[in-house]
Amino acid sequence: MMLTISNVTKLFNPGTPDEKVALFNINLRLKPGDFVTVIGSNGAGKSTLMNVISGVLQPDTGEVFIEGRPIHHLPEYKRSKWIGRVFQDPMAGTAPNMTIEENLAMALARGKRRGLRFGVNRSKRAMFREQLERLGIGLEDRLKAKVGLLSGGERQALSLLMATFTQPKILLLDEHTAALDPARAELITRLTEEIIRDLKLTTLMVTHNMEQAIRLGNRLIMMDKGRIILDIDEGRKKDLTVEELLAEFERISGHKLADDRVVLG
Amino acid sequence: MINALPGAIELGLLYSLMALGVYITFRILNFPDLTVDGSFTTGAGIAAVMIINGYPAWISSVAAFGGGLAAGLCTGLLHTKGKINGLLSGILMMIALYSINMRIMGKPNTSLRGTETLFTDVSPLVVMPFLVLGVKVLLDLFLHSDLGLALRATGDNPLMIQSFGANTDNTKILGVSLSNGLVALSGALIAQQSGFADISMGIGMIVIGLASVIIGEAIFGSRTVIQATFAVILGSIIYRIVVALALRVGWFEASDLKVITAVIVIIALVVPTFQRYWRQKQAARRRAEELGNRIQ
Repeated sequence: MMLTISNVTKLFNPGTPDEKVALFNINLRLKPGDFVTVIGSNGAGKSTLMNVISGVLQPDTGEVFIEGRPIHHLPEYKRSKWIGRVFQDPMAGTAPNMTIEENLAMALARGKRRGLRFGVNRSKRAMFREQLERLGIGLEDRLKAKVGLLSGGERQALSLLMATFTQPKILLLDEHTAALDPARAELITRLTEEIIRDLKLTTLMVTHNMEQAIRLGNRLIMMDKGRIILDIDEGRKKDLTVEELLAEFERISGHKLADDRVVLG
Repeated sequence: MINALPGAIELGLLYSLMALGVYITFRILNFPDLTVDGSFTTGAGIAAVMIINGYPAWISSVAAFGGGLAAGLCTGLLHTKGKINGLLSGILMMIALYSINMRIMGKPNTSLRGTETLFTDVSPLVVMPFLVLGVKVLLDLFLHSDLGLALRATGDNPLMIQSFGANTDNTKILGVSLSNGLVALSGALIAQQSGFADISMGIGMIVIGLASVIIGEAIFGSRTVIQATFAVILGSIIYRIVVALALRVGWFEASDLKVITAVIVIIALVVPTFQRYWRQKQAARRRAEELGNRIQ
């Protein structure tokens, strides 16, 4: 197994009137190369699940393993050796006052000891240019531009490249197209598909776009109130429609999928 | 006026290392570190006491740098591991250093008269350009290394650099240490140039550092690190020239310096905010009128 989550529970504000069970007894196993889409209502625990895997949060009980190695006790900066991440906010994944090549250099140093060698040198620059060309949006000619000058779509494309080009064992995508306009979202989705396919990355992708959740990946899980309530494999997912998916959600959870940003497709 | 210029340049160069230290915390780490007021005196005190006790001036200066590193390390630990607010960590260290500086010097004022300092045989105006340039180049190189990039990202987007595996506690501690090392070195050089170390010589140093950074960046720009460090050094020199000119105005007294400095910093901080506000407002009005015309 590439990723194993066993019996993970996470509470917020335990023992207070605001207590919230964000994750309850979650079990999830991802094989190498699995591309799992995650859907669910607001507050279902999707982002908490991402944070428990990446190390932003520590689970209260339960364990997280990457390739059999327990990692739930490690802080985020140590886990990031194995985990690539793209956030919803295009501003979150890059340093705005640093150049494109400097941002890529920081991503390249993922999991390595950071020493006093030049962050950017000639051979790295050639490699960055080659990687940026794959995005097809002309960033390869703007290596020395500050990232803060890029548009949201361009920044998210760069974030995606930075999260993936070092081939992490796990890729976490947290609604990473949600803040973009439809055209840019489409571009980022296409790039995401290509990169995951080419690098065979084991991926967990939270999305509020039902059509995308069905079309992308080889597995779909549905979350509600901190639990995984449905796990659909590749065979069943292929013929699924958005209507069927929503009906299935209502049948199991007993309420409608409540997500103010939900996109049906 | 012209004959005041060499003195102003000399002081500007001596204080520019302190300004570079303030640049590291204030601009790169986005952490206003008040330790500076204490660590400047720490550097001066260590250097003065060691020189009086017969140590070579350059070893004493290196030791002063080390003392500043240690002071910055403490502030960094208080802030990151102790989770104390950044400003408060600096203030706590500044106060603690007052007592420590007194212990180092043994008395409020230590004279270096008759001792061998870095500037005994050669004028600071000859040595300092090389020393400052050397420090600037080393700092530029460091800020472009893998570690330096992580340090800069810690101030720019800490969540991002954590997700790429840097421990931001460590980068912050490193940055604050390095900053105070430079500040203390600057203090050591000022003590050797002026011939004494005084317990109160660091008071207001942070504001002078901020003024140098802000003036330099406003005039010479800060698009890249290399440009910004250059601007900070020149800003330190210009600050000293402004001070020299201000003191020529008969009405001012030497003790008015601090309020002049504070006013410079206040103006430099307030003006850009208002400029931005007015520019946005004007742009919005222009666009609104354009749209209105189109509809008619």
